[in-house]
Amino acid sequence: MGEVIVITSGKGGVGKTTTTANIGTGLASLGYKVVMVDTDIGLRNLDVVMGLENRIVYDIVDVVHGHCRLKQALIKDKRFEDLFLLPASQTRDKTSVTQEQMRKLCKDLKEEYDYVLIDCPAGIEGGFKNAIAGADKAIVVTTPEVSAVRDADRIVGLLEANDLKNPKLIINRIRPHMVKKGDMMDIDDMIEILAIELLGVVPEDEFIVVSTNKGEPAVLDKNSMAGQAYRNISLRITGENVPLMQLDVNVGIMKKLRKLIGF
Amino acid sequence: MLQLLQRILGVGSPSSKTIAKERLRLVLLHDRTSIPPHVIEALKGDLIKCISKYMEIDENNLEVSLNDSDESVALVANIPILKVRQM
Repeated sequence: MGEVIVITSGKGGVGKTTTTANIGTGLASLGYKVVMVDTDIGLRNLDVVMGLENRIVYDIVDVVHGHCRLKQALIKDKRFEDLFLLPASQTRDKTSVTQEQMRKLCKDLKEEYDYVLIDCPAGIEGGFKNAIAGADKAIVVTTPEVSAVRDADRIVGLLEANDLKNPKLIINRIRPHMVKKGDMMDIDDMIEILAIELLGVVPEDEFIVVSTNKGEPAVLDKNSMAGQAYRNISLRITGENVPLMQLDVNVGIMKKLRKLIGF
Repeated sequence: MLQLLQRILGVGSPSSKTIAKERLRLVLLHDRTSIPPHVIEALKGDLIKCISKYMEIDENNLEVSLNDSDESVALVANIPILKVRQM
């Protein structure tokens, strides 16, 4: 029996879908059987990020309404035998699926797969409630901005109220240079404020744009910093103890000077 | 001269990270306790009404706010008293 992990954030645009694609691919590259479920009905995107948009025949709404069998709707990844995507419907809306249907779907999927990753839509309404309905665990993605952390805090509260205890945090798009200058909140600031356990930190990386352009998750690129971060996160999900990546940048000359004269 | 030196060394004004943290702390305080600002205002009004029955207070310098320390949140009211009414 596998586990169902929902990837959520509250705020849009912080990288839920990119995170889902990379963790899913990362876990598959470690040899696990993985299925990713896009629950952003009406605004599907996980298919595009995975480069699988041309292969969609059926979607999640077809499955829960019995228009097709579950197996028929699952799209096999180009790169890994045991990695699948259940796409969201693009023409329906969030009310097309109920929480009860999601619970049943998750139950069916985790009998077959080691990891079921649910890509949650932004917001805290129906789509969010559906996405978390069948989940065993939750990952909250945030970026080092006041708005994103505020929404993450709200999501943590809602997850706990829905019996998803101990959600784990991924801090996305951190810029070490700005942190160093004191112009971006650092990891400790955010952990202290949100008071949840850290799963990983992903640095801002232009390669993510390139990999999304191509529909190839960055986790497979050995030269990408973000890719490395996602490989580490995938390993941590499987229970391995991987230390945080070194994100340090060279200390500026002014900082050194300031230190020297005791400011 | 001092300002120039401060600017070069980057000290003096708080970093934008510190500002972000402080703003976040305040906004979360309200979010978490789910007490919106207008409720605090109403509470303030009622406090003034109630206390004014017994003492004359300085309404202009009155402060009512929520303070969080570690896990708990406290209502802190600073109400300057001008005169105690003779009952």
